[in-house]
Amino acid sequence: MEKVMSNKRVIALYVLPSLLLLLGIVYVPIVLTGYYGLNDWDGIGKMTFIGLDNYARLLKDGVFWSSAGHSLLFALLSAVFLALYMAVALVLSGRIKGAQLLRKIYLIPMLLSSVAIAQLWLKIYHPTNGILNGLLESLGVEDTPDWLADPSIVLGALFVPILWQYAGFYILIYYAALKNIPASLTEAARIDGANSRQVALRIKLPLVREVVKVTIVLAVVGSLKYFDLIYVMTDGGPNQASEVMASYMYHKAFREFDYGYGSAIGFFLLLVCLVATWIIRRLTATKDPIQYS
Amino acid sequence: MAARPRTNASGRSVFAGTGRGALYLVLIAAAALQVLPLVWLLFFSLKNSQEVFSMPAFALPKRLRWENYENVWSQGNIERYFVNSVWITAASVALTVLLASFVTFALTRMRWKLRPAVLGLFMIGMMIPVHSTLIPLFILFQKLGLIDNQANLILSYTAFNLPITIMILLGFYMALPREIEEAAVMDGCGVNRMFLRIVLPMTGSVMVTAAIINMIYNWNEFIFVNTFISSDKLKTLTVGVQNFVGQYMSDWGAIGATLMISILPILIVFFLLSNRIVEGIAAGSVKG
Repeated sequence: MEKVMSNKRVIALYVLPSLLLLLGIVYVPIVLTGYYGLNDWDGIGKMTFIGLDNYARLLKDGVFWSSAGHSLLFALLSAVFLALYMAVALVLSGRIKGAQLLRKIYLIPMLLSSVAIAQLWLKIYHPTNGILNGLLESLGVEDTPDWLADPSIVLGALFVPILWQYAGFYILIYYAALKNIPASLTEAARIDGANSRQVALRIKLPLVREVVKVTIVLAVVGSLKYFDLIYVMTDGGPNQASEVMASYMYHKAFREFDYGYGSAIGFFLLLVCLVATWIIRRLTATKDPIQYS
Repeated sequence: MAARPRTNASGRSVFAGTGRGALYLVLIAAAALQVLPLVWLLFFSLKNSQEVFSMPAFALPKRLRWENYENVWSQGNIERYFVNSVWITAASVALTVLLASFVTFALTRMRWKLRPAVLGLFMIGMMIPVHSTLIPLFILFQKLGLIDNQANLILSYTAFNLPITIMILLGFYMALPREIEEAAVMDGCGVNRMFLRIVLPMTGSVMVTAAIINMIYNWNEFIFVNTFISSDKLKTLTVGVQNFVGQYMSDWGAIGATLMISILPILIVFFLLSNRIVEGIAAGSVKG
């Protein structure tokens, strides 16, 4: 048994194809992005090694910092909205009829492509024929906004479809975690005289702490690298008012063929994601994770 | 935070009486918000431009204009994009689930030293933003002569989805009883035979779950197609739809029909297999 199940040739045969694919398409490019970032390169001509010049340029690039600021804003807002999703999940996980159906309905937008969602919301926000302004007009608003062309509101207008897309995902995860809590624990608290709200806040929430940590990381990192929907809806516009880190990288590399600088931004994005993950884990670290099984 | 109940004099159940009714209303309103934009999309996909502009948003015209669907399908190249999406998604899903099954078997059932390290590599792979790999991948595929070749999509989708697929499979494999292998080895069964004939068929249901999750990701993928494919005839629906909409800016009916066609396969899978989707998302609970 022991011998059969540690047959090195079989293990290599089973693992190596996938591992090589992972290394070749995920890990090697990451290293290369780091390397390209140290060069001046248009993708065709000769690469010139310039050390950290791209990063020095990054530090002084106002558009980059505003892009990073927008990404960070999305990340913070996404994390804040997790509280709302948890509230919904808490209600759903209480004895509510139709909870199964509701959480599935909430999930639908998350299954659709960001491109389709972006196109649909372009129509919703359409200044003259969209349903949003149609609704506002029927309520008597005369000066209806041009949601995606106004730099002062474009970020908010972009954030709404993002919420719409991901709400169901987080509700689902929280709901699954809450349903995993053994009934014996909540029953015991009820017998001791706790009401539903107390059971939710004092028993259930602490027990799903680990899941909350994971979702904070997901929400923050997911927002930091957000791209598709913004690329389709505004392409970072108007006048770069909705540019985010990933879209800025894309523009630099694939529109301006500034591969070196684009790579530096891409590598910075990776570092920001890793650092954000690390910080969130540190901030939410607990000495005595609650065990229940 | 202490996990200890505290009695609260003013603590009245939030679910009681009228509170419960209000809560229901909020929950149902939220569900409506999630669905109404899609209903609106369906409605305007069945109108012509004039009807879109003159009729109320949630009203249907007397004659439903299904010809919008016919027109975009045949004239708008949507058929080609659709076929591309189907075969690229199918090939990537099959390759990913198969490769991930081999890896997961080796990771959970076999004994070897580098096991934790390899598992770690796959799990960390889940955290790497695709955007940070985009430029080198573009150059790499160019050097390999794979730019503007659908093979680059299948390779990329497989590589990037292996981690989450392994994660979905992992729990199921770990729960398989050891006796299965012991019995197989007693019978003089080799590892290959044991895996392919006994273990793999047992994982059918979790493979379906993993396949559905993969299908959703691959069907919806945008940035790789947008970057690595330049010929129109090789593009998939996400990018094709994008091009199409750019061309037919003001024809709302055509755009609506195109968008409906692009999301329909996902909606059908959702209506048939929503439990599997829920299960897969909960088990993988990553990626965005």
